[in-house]
Amino acid sequence: MSDANLPLSPQRTAETDAYWDAANEGRLLLKRCPGTDKAFHPPRDFSPFTGRPDTEWIEAEGTGTLYSYSVSMVGGEPHCIAYVQLTEGSIILSALVDYAPSEPRIGQALKVVFRPSRDGQMLPFFTPVS
Amino acid sequence: MTQKACIVGAYEHPTRDARDIPLARLHAEVAAGALADAGLTIADVDGYFCAGDVAGWDAPGVGPFSIVEYMGLNLRHLDTTESWGSAYINHVAHAAQAIAEGKCRVALITQAGRPRAERSSPAQMHRNQGQSAHEAPFELPYGPVVTNMYGMVAQRHMYEHGTTPEQLAWIKVAASHHAQHNPNAMLPKVVTVEDVVTSPVVASPLHRLDCCVISDGGGALVVVHPDIARELGKPAITPRGAGFTVKHMNGGHFDILASGGVKSGAEAFAEAGVTPADIRYASIYDSFTITVLVQLENLGFCAPGEGGRFVAEGGLISGVGRLPVNTDGGGLCSNHPGNRGGMTKLVEAVRQLRGEAHPAVQVPDCSLALVHGTGGQLGARHGSATLILERA
Repeated sequence: MSDANLPLSPQRTAETDAYWDAANEGRLLLKRCPGTDKAFHPPRDFSPFTGRPDTEWIEAEGTGTLYSYSVSMVGGEPHCIAYVQLTEGSIILSALVDYAPSEPRIGQALKVVFRPSRDGQMLPFFTPVS
Repeated sequence: MTQKACIVGAYEHPTRDARDIPLARLHAEVAAGALADAGLTIADVDGYFCAGDVAGWDAPGVGPFSIVEYMGLNLRHLDTTESWGSAYINHVAHAAQAIAEGKCRVALITQAGRPRAERSSPAQMHRNQGQSAHEAPFELPYGPVVTNMYGMVAQRHMYEHGTTPEQLAWIKVAASHHAQHNPNAMLPKVVTVEDVVTSPVVASPLHRLDCCVISDGGGALVVVHPDIARELGKPAITPRGAGFTVKHMNGGHFDILASGGVKSGAEAFAEAGVTPADIRYASIYDSFTITVLVQLENLGFCAPGEGGRFVAEGGLISGVGRLPVNTDGGGLCSNHPGNRGGMTKLVEAVRQLRGEAHPAVQVPDCSLALVHGTGGQLGARHGSATLILERA
């Protein structure tokens, strides 16, 4: 697989460095809003619930369920974009990998796996829990 | 906002292929068309409303001033509110406010685009070019494009409510029944449910015929002070209620089946003092079949989950179903200029309220219409505008 077939690499910001560093270590981070005790994604310093810049990083379990998906052909291969509802409650956009032809099924259990993007930065994907 | 302002001019460009018409000229042509319809000239315009599709918006330089200069407008008021395809519906409400406040008397709204001429494919295009948007690094690597983001809405609707591909297909079938009477429609041929569900899947569960057309063209409206409308002797088409909101992802705590239409629709109905049962005709944005289904539920035309049954068996066909929708053939069969829906939706509602729609699709005594559109992506962040128009 040539580099062009790998996912686009994300651009880091000072606000999100910790997320990408953790991904390279195989850990999925979320932001938590202390005012509402809710986890959220994508990460930023300001809470979308209270508007206060007091959010903190938490490590996600890396598990969740399939909220929705759509399969399309990209470069001759099926590509399954997905919204995954994490155990912590937040829905994140990702894609499924290593799923069976009878899958995906909304509601099925998923776990995070990390795959490289073009420049080597690891990205969280999801795969069915067997 | 009753009687604050009147729509006196409406025009949809007949072309669907503008390879020989530069973008600025396309805007000028639709402006001229709407002004001629109103019985006014470009010299009468003192307020201009435009969104990001105007020539020069994305180019280095002076943005919307470029199109103002091209048309030679002499303005007292400019509103460049950009909310993608919902912008023009929003602009009518803004124009009525500006006229009521004395900021302008003759408001021109234009929309145009030429994705066919420029050979851009919205199906393969993501909505955020570049990664400067805060969410982009967390989304673009996964390949979100227009088709698969709407596909996820349809998939979830089928999961939660048992909606079928055949029910979705009825929305395209209804559009095609209307389009056969529109000489400018890009797809004037009547299609069947089977045609839709046997067309290739582009992004599951959506088929090729669940998608709208890609077309060049545009449209324009002229909104004026009621005194000017009386002088012109035009039918008084007036905004009676309007609503707008932005739906976003709320940190990942969202319902993909609850679009901004839940809020913008409720606000518009409350201001108008009417209910969905009072609406005689509805223009509802139809980038995909699922777009219409979700909006019908969100606006209150049927209960959540009932959309599939509401649209089936010709439910949206004029003269057949309970709610005539997009009687010009809509984006699904007629026109989706610049990959944006709002303007064509407004123009067909004005035709219906004036009694100037094609006789085969004209709603008898159409006195109250709804225009609704989203801009952006239904399954993600989007602007949502709802307008209730009345023939006084």
